[in-house]
Amino acid sequence: MGKLRICDGTRWEGLVCDLISKEICCPYLAVKITPAIPVVGGILFFFVMGTLLRTSFSDPGVLPRATPDEAADLERQIDIANGTSSGGYRPPPRTKEVIINGQTVKLKYCFTCKIFRPPRASHCSLCDNCVERFDHHCPWVGNCVGKRNYRFFYMFILSLSFLTVFIFAFVITHVILRSQQAGFLNALKDSPASVLEAVVCFFSVWSIVGLSGFHTYLISSNQTTNEDIKGSWSNKRGKENYNPYSYGNIFTNCCVALCGPISPSLIDRRGYIQPDTPQPAAPSNGMAAYGATQSQSDMCDQDQCIQSTKFVLQAAATPLLQSEPSLTSDELHLPGKPGLGTPCASLTLGPPTPPSSMPNLAAEAALTDILPLKDEHVGHQFLTPDEAPSPPTMLAGSPLAHSRTMHVLGLASQDSLHEDSVRGLVKLSSV
Amino acid sequence: MATEVHNLQELRRSASLATKVFIQRDYSDGTICQFQTKFPPELDSRIERQLFEETVKTLNSFYAEAEKIGGSSYLEGCLACATAYFIFLCMETHYEKVLKKISRYIQEQNEKVFAPRGLLLTDPVERGMRVVSFLAVPFEVDPDSEPPSQRLPEPRCEPRPTLHCPCI
Repeated sequence: MGKLRICDGTRWEGLVCDLISKEICCPYLAVKITPAIPVVGGILFFFVMGTLLRTSFSDPGVLPRATPDEAADLERQIDIANGTSSGGYRPPPRTKEVIINGQTVKLKYCFTCKIFRPPRASHCSLCDNCVERFDHHCPWVGNCVGKRNYRFFYMFILSLSFLTVFIFAFVITHVILRSQQAGFLNALKDSPASVLEAVVCFFSVWSIVGLSGFHTYLISSNQTTNEDIKGSWSNKRGKENYNPYSYGNIFTNCCVALCGPISPSLIDRRGYIQPDTPQPAAPSNGMAAYGATQSQSDMCDQDQCIQSTKFVLQAAATPLLQSEPSLTSDELHLPGKPGLGTPCASLTLGPPTPPSSMPNLAAEAALTDILPLKDEHVGHQFLTPDEAPSPPTMLAGSPLAHSRTMHVLGLASQDSLHEDSVRGLVKLSSV
Repeated sequence: MATEVHNLQELRRSASLATKVFIQRDYSDGTICQFQTKFPPELDSRIERQLFEETVKTLNSFYAEAEKIGGSSYLEGCLACATAYFIFLCMETHYEKVLKKISRYIQEQNEKVFAPRGLLLTDPVERGMRVVSFLAVPFEVDPDSEPPSQRLPEPRCEPRPTLHCPCI
């Protein structure tokens, strides 16, 4: 399931500036010019905070993960479409092509969510969910910006730009008025915070107004940040390339983005988390001897490392003793279950690329290793699932590995122990 | 009516033995919610092609109505914005109203049309709008029900995927 999202940022400049201006400028300006100034400022401030909280805490349009039945059904359909039987060599990353308004759009298969992503949807690696009409993941707001909360995000940055301009203007006015009375340097001495405020606001204005302008452009052309960055609909790709989602005129595009219908949330955010239902195990004939069990499949990378170490030490200490089949299977079983990601989520700090090297290396280096049929899940548990993972590179070795493995099975127990200890060492080296 | 409801309950109870047929989304019109009207071969022996198509087309029209962009949706959007979205504490959005209509329609269809044929239609909203699924429950006295290889054992009620979030 998706990771716990913590709201970790707010636009602090606007807040700080506003607070300072309330303390220092407002009493002066309220008296000198008009009391409407702090009132308007206060309204703007509350509007900014309201939209910020709304953006932060609303569901951006998360697509719930497919149920196991749906996933199995899709797999079956893909297998039929590709003309291959299940198991064995895996076809290349799955895409479907769809023609929308005359443009060919590729729908990618999300290995984490086990769905074909709708057009304009994308998988956010930070939230670990597919989001409809994915715009971007905003760290300031601590949430993805997608179909359901884009308008709140836009209103947030628009109102924040008004607020910053407002504060900047009145800080300058304040300083000017004071300096008319007492001279410039005295004015600065009387209210030193104004200087800080002016500097902060100046830089904020540039960044926030720039961002608002950019999003205004995106809204008017009905594009997402994601599409704009990738240049999906830019003319540079070809003369025939145009945005199929645009309604033709700016006004309609804006109205749809800001005033269109909001679909209800598809996720149950107040429910209790159910443990991920285990995938039905699909061992082939050759796997039976190694008997991957449920408990082993729940192992984490660290557990596997510990197991590998234990195994190697045991193998080294008792070379003549027969190894238990359970040890062998412990060592050999690669983490394959979708549920595996959840308990390990806390272990993967930052981008998940470091762990991804582990299963890849383990698969490639340990050629005599058995790749269980769950290999379709191995890569994408850890890879940033934006792009399809690289199962072909892993699986290029798998038919070979399988035949070698069958050969290993026929060896005497001492030889198999030696092989296992080698495997253990290889596994350790790849961690 | 009582017998129809009873049939429906029976169907739900025996759903664990059912074969599931999934109708995927049709994205050829863009991102709006539409389902494919292609007739799945698994339902060949269960339901007439025309009836199936009619059901899916009706569902598609409901979703199109929910997502329709026009004067009324703009008005609702602007009113909501003007009241800082507090208005939704008092009233439902147009989309939610249509979703309720859809679930009533599906309930009705299940009672009248699908239950007698041993089928159960699930509401797409319970599946994250990804699929429309037909549960084909094997008939008790029907010797040529679905082959066992197609049966997918699964719990009767699938919990909706949840995000653990302390917020609203």
